[in-house]
Amino acid sequence: MNRRRLEEKLFVGLMMASALLVLGSLALILGTVVWRGLPALNLAMLTQTPQGGYYLGGEGGILNAIIGSLCLAGGATMAALIVSLPIAFYLRVYSRSSPPQSVRSKGTGLLRRVDHREVVRLALDVLWGIPSIVYGAVGFIVMLWLGLRASLLGGIIALALLELPIMVRGMDEAIAMVPAELKEASFALGATRLETSLRVILRQTLPGLVTAMLLAFGRGIGDAASVLFTAGYTDRLPDSLLSPVASLPLAVFFQLATPFPNVQQRAYAAALVLTAIVLLLSLTSRYLASRLARYAVS
Amino acid sequence: MQTTFGSTDKPSTQQSAQAGSLAPVARGGGRLWEQRLRVPFSWRWVLGRRARDLMAQRCVGLLALAATLLAPFICLALLVRSWPILSARPLGELIFSTTWRPQQQVFGFLPFIMGTIWVTGIAMIIAVPPSLLTAIYLAEYASPRIRSWSKPFVDLLAGIPSVIYGIWGVLAIVPLVQHVLAPALNRSLGFLPLFRATNSTGYSVLAGGIVLAVMVFPIIISLAEEVMTAVPQGLREASLALGATRWQTVKHVVMRRALPGITAVVILGFSRAFGETIAVLMVVGNLSQTPKSLFDAAYPLTALIANNYGEMMSIPLYDAALMAAALVLLLVVLVFNVASRLVLKRWLQAR
Repeated sequence: MNRRRLEEKLFVGLMMASALLVLGSLALILGTVVWRGLPALNLAMLTQTPQGGYYLGGEGGILNAIIGSLCLAGGATMAALIVSLPIAFYLRVYSRSSPPQSVRSKGTGLLRRVDHREVVRLALDVLWGIPSIVYGAVGFIVMLWLGLRASLLGGIIALALLELPIMVRGMDEAIAMVPAELKEASFALGATRLETSLRVILRQTLPGLVTAMLLAFGRGIGDAASVLFTAGYTDRLPDSLLSPVASLPLAVFFQLATPFPNVQQRAYAAALVLTAIVLLLSLTSRYLASRLARYAVS
Repeated sequence: MQTTFGSTDKPSTQQSAQAGSLAPVARGGGRLWEQRLRVPFSWRWVLGRRARDLMAQRCVGLLALAATLLAPFICLALLVRSWPILSARPLGELIFSTTWRPQQQVFGFLPFIMGTIWVTGIAMIIAVPPSLLTAIYLAEYASPRIRSWSKPFVDLLAGIPSVIYGIWGVLAIVPLVQHVLAPALNRSLGFLPLFRATNSTGYSVLAGGIVLAVMVFPIIISLAEEVMTAVPQGLREASLALGATRWQTVKHVVMRRALPGITAVVILGFSRAFGETIAVLMVVGNLSQTPKSLFDAAYPLTALIANNYGEMMSIPLYDAALMAAALVLLLVVLVFNVASRLVLKRWLQAR
């Protein structure tokens, strides 16, 4: 009797300790970034591009990286949105097998039995787990095929591939939460699936879609491995799709790699800016989700 | 979406009543919904609502197909790019040789593979017990208020970019290993080669493992909690009714029942750690050697690719070698992911 109670207490204690460990590491990470980054952060860092000799300790800031990251992640999110919204609609609206969709009466074997939606979902889950450096390598290969050099467009391609599974998954779950009665009412009134998706479901799932987009944006802005090959790096602000573009994670990485302590300080400041952006996105998506929910019929 | 509610299309009944040629005609035998419906061509039909719906259906299906084929396409692309080295060198030499001299076209991946395995292994050993315990706590013991509070925190941890983890590793973990862990463990357990440290700089597989472990926490915690809440409540109640304590219920009933799901979750965490690049390369020392101790530096596959992409186009076969490394990474991650996702799906759906 005593032994059981003791074991229970022991493990509950261990559980609390583990939970504290996890929370503590989060606090430690954020704390370290803020503590080391805040002293080095000033207005010049945020509003200037690197002037001559920046990486040796000269003047300038990381504006090129901030704008570059926003362009990269923004472009990639738009590109991924164009592809993932249809896929999400496929999964939830279009691929229900119902009359009078033209169903082939032949093919009763594997093609008929397998649930196409589950195959697509499995493929998307697998895509979600692929490391970002592989997406960078693939983006690089695609760029070589298209004849591009390291550029904003290349970075957008690689990041869009990375963001696709995240966005589809988010949208899939958002559309799943639409009450079935709403969809059925729309179909009952004679709307086609396209009209239902665009006029009814889209308005309902707007909070969820925006959340999915912001989530994907946050992932894309923080990723370094996929833009390493494909976007290059530059000191200038992004001016065209076909020229290299700087990004915040790479700015942090390259500045940290220099032997000068004051440039390393700037790396911490850049890391703080990146963390602040990601945190802001996270909070905004939660706020928007609750705010936009008032347009939805509950 | 600037669609108006006042549609200019005539309702379909009027359409088919007016021009009888627009009525769908059944072809082939069978019931009405099994037949292929053919509508004769007309501009009014093409621009009509049904046509738009049909076109949308085709587009949407095509995109879904493209997404499904994306993973095989990635494999194929990497295979094509790494074919020069895969055909030029025997596979055994590539995997098991330790000499890495790109200039002389000698590529032995073993140190890098071992580096990846060491770092990932250490990360899993460090990460799995605390995350499973946290997940058990969240699933079984925590009040709903704590659970709703914990979700944002775990999501936050998952959302932190990997560069930030790398910076934290460089600022906090590397000095920790160098000044605290290495001397302490060397003094006490240094007779074991695993714990031997000679002037450790802190940049080691241990540092990489710790950073990776924290990166893997959120995945394991959130998925394991899902798996455990999917265990039917009736089982827990039966166990408690028989007089077991809560922990006994968890240990003997819930965990045993959830074991396939938990294994799948751990494997997913493993594949996440396997593929992590930036955070690891900032703390692991990037020395091309097979690590023998926790405090040795190493050079994981991902760091290899990331560090050398700049020179890879200028040396023959180097780019093929790096693409082959990426291919290995991809195949390992794919196999683990597909297997564990299938198990998880079956598990979460059937309960």
